Amino acid sequence: MTTTTPFDLASAPADARAALDAYVLALADDALLQGHRDSEWTGLGPILEEDIAFSSMAQDEIGHALVWYTLRAEHLGAPTPDEQAFRRDAAGWRNARLVELPRGDYATSLIRRTLFDIAKAIQYDALRHSAWPPLAVAAGKLRQEKKYHLLHNQAYVRRLGTAGADSHDRLQSALDALFPAALGLFEPTAGEAALTALGVVTPSAALSAVWLGAVRALLAQSGLSAPIATVAAVGGEGDGAGAGAGAGDVLRTTVAPDVGGRRGEHTDDLGAMLDAMQSLHRSDPEATW
Amino acid sequence: MYGDPTADADPSVAFGHDMPFYTRDWHFDPYHQRLTVARRGAPDAVHFDTEWGNWEVFIQEKRGEHHTHAGTLHAPDAEMAIMLAKENYARRGPCVNIWVVPEDAIAASAYEDADMFEHTTDKMYRDPAGFQGLRKKAQAGKERVGDEAAAGGNP
Repeated sequence: MTTTTPFDLASAPADARAALDAYVLALADDALLQGHRDSEWTGLGPILEEDIAFSSMAQDEIGHALVWYTLRAEHLGAPTPDEQAFRRDAAGWRNARLVELPRGDYATSLIRRTLFDIAKAIQYDALRHSAWPPLAVAAGKLRQEKKYHLLHNQAYVRRLGTAGADSHDRLQSALDALFPAALGLFEPTAGEAALTALGVVTPSAALSAVWLGAVRALLAQSGLSAPIATVAAVGGEGDGAGAGAGAGDVLRTTVAPDVGGRRGEHTDDLGAMLDAMQSLHRSDPEATW
Repeated sequence: MYGDPTADADPSVAFGHDMPFYTRDWHFDPYHQRLTVARRGAPDAVHFDTEWGNWEVFIQEKRGEHHTHAGTLHAPDAEMAIMLAKENYARRGPCVNIWVVPEDAIAASAYEDADMFEHTTDKMYRDPAGFQGLRKKAQAGKERVGDEAAAGGNP
């Protein structure tokens, strides 16, 4: 992302404003649902210490969602963060499908967290250079917390991937099941091109290419594999070819991404999850806790 | 105080029950005695606590300051122990550095011997407060010596 002129929201055309709102909403929804799903492990983690660590990361993620919902409320005319989270039906959510899927076994949750955190670390890293200062500042803050998330996930994935057949196979099965939905994290939000042209966000395709390289590197150290292939680059691919690919080559996935989340097309799992998550607010909107 | 010579020589209790302290063989027990005690009750049990070992966690709040003991956790190795220590012991307060130490690297004195740390005579001189007024006394001493010299006390 090359930033020349700061993006001024007040003088921005309506379509860029709407595109920015959609982009930030996707950031918020990704974080909240990832955090909510992971919080389902609280009290059920494999060992006490990991229960606490994983729950802490779930809290981190809900905190990140609050940052993004607050950004929308302060700058983009959205209602309060609580209203955004608790007064929206499934069709209004813009998260990738990855984060709405049930938590599954611990291998599933760990692999989801791993794929998610690498994606968000790359995305926040890039967004630090956004031409819209509030986005750049928020991304810089949240990026810092990704460091521990990556450390945590790698510690487990490397060990469990190489520890024995049982743990390896569980991780590999989870990876096979989740990989298409993880690719859905890079489904562009509505109007993304308008924002990339203004230097407000980095193209999702460029983030995806970096992510494929980072994921492949971790999996290689862990005895795991994903459908990622190296192909000769045809043209420029942003700065995406950096991680893992040789000069002039880019990484591509060989499976179809599971997309639709950014357009509000979700699995039934999201509806069931929102029923649980929003039940208190629906029964008593004035409740405080 | 090292009374009963018939007491079971229990390494988890104070050392040296059965000998006068001036001949006794000093040794220190593992800090964590829970497992030792539990194993004595059921020596054939595979494991009482967890497959993973205990690690003691020390947190440094600010660079240059002492690491202070924060707690204990289970982990299979040092890297995992540091990783888990972060959220278990450093998620609230400030921290710039973590040490983890395997429990069996720590030896401990016994509480039964806590009396050896007690002071039975006045050791005020070891307390910073014991040095209060020392400068004044030194000054007074210097002045006294000076006065004596001026009075021609010494040839």
